[in-house]
Amino acid sequence: MESLDATNITIEQEVKKEAKHISDPHQHKDAIGAKIGMWLFLFTELLLFGGLFLLYMAYRLQYTKDFIIAGQELNLILGTVNTIILLTSSLTMALSIAAIQRGKKSLSIFYLISTIGFALAFLVIKYFEWTAKFHHGIYPNAPELLSKPNGEIIFYAMYYSMTGLHALHVVIGAIILLFMLVFLIRNKITKGDYIKLENSGLYWHLVDLIWIFLFPLFYLIH
Amino acid sequence: MEKEHNTHLIPYGTYVLVWISLVSLTVLTVTMAGVDFGRIALFLALLIAAVKSTLVINYFMHIKFDDAIFRVFLFVALATLASIFILTSTDIFFR
Repeated sequence: MESLDATNITIEQEVKKEAKHISDPHQHKDAIGAKIGMWLFLFTELLLFGGLFLLYMAYRLQYTKDFIIAGQELNLILGTVNTIILLTSSLTMALSIAAIQRGKKSLSIFYLISTIGFALAFLVIKYFEWTAKFHHGIYPNAPELLSKPNGEIIFYAMYYSMTGLHALHVVIGAIILLFMLVFLIRNKITKGDYIKLENSGLYWHLVDLIWIFLFPLFYLIH
Repeated sequence: MEKEHNTHLIPYGTYVLVWISLVSLTVLTVTMAGVDFGRIALFLALLIAAVKSTLVINYFMHIKFDDAIFRVFLFVALATLASIFILTSTDIFFR
């Protein structure tokens, strides 16, 4: 009899525990699942850019000399500065996550704001780079560009479409990080639940990864 | 929740070291562009880019510290991309 009572009590406790479990919404979040979903999305991005890189490879093999001539026109200094800016933004992104993992909210906010700042700096430099090119009559369908050999026209077509799509990703990334900043300030991202920030970080690092390949392929041709 | 996150706290210093390596590799690849390596120049530049990517993926993207399933995923995705590149380049070369 006594042992039966004891079992009943344990079952009751279990049921209570279970009920508490369900009523707490945070218990039902699946961080690993969210991360897997994010990685699957990143793979589709990889194939999107992969297709453009494939096209680049095919054209470069066909117009090697024209690509070299056109590539030397690009501003190596601005390209290098932008590379370092993006790498640094990836560092501050990683540090922002590291800070919230340790429960340091204001430090995390500081690093996240720095990341957004670097993203904007990258875009500003890109803007100056493109306007300088536009002034020299190098933009899609410009008469001056069309007078050049086929390979050079194709080089600039690839340059504008690939760095353009990349810049679009930087804009989207910056907007996502801005949302994360609001979440962080409103305690929606905390030490115990920071998967949103982590996944946004994964997106941001992908943007950095693509630039790591764009940079040597366009700016370092010789 | 804590457990689900599989929290492996990486020291701030590790990230800074990775960043220093990344910037150094960038300086190296830009410097190398000024030297004439002939036909292997592109190969060397892409090799450095690959090393940089490995650092970003392993440390900044935590693949090194995540569950093995993420590495399997990544391998399948990269292998798919690589096979597309290899098949296309053989098509271009032997056309």
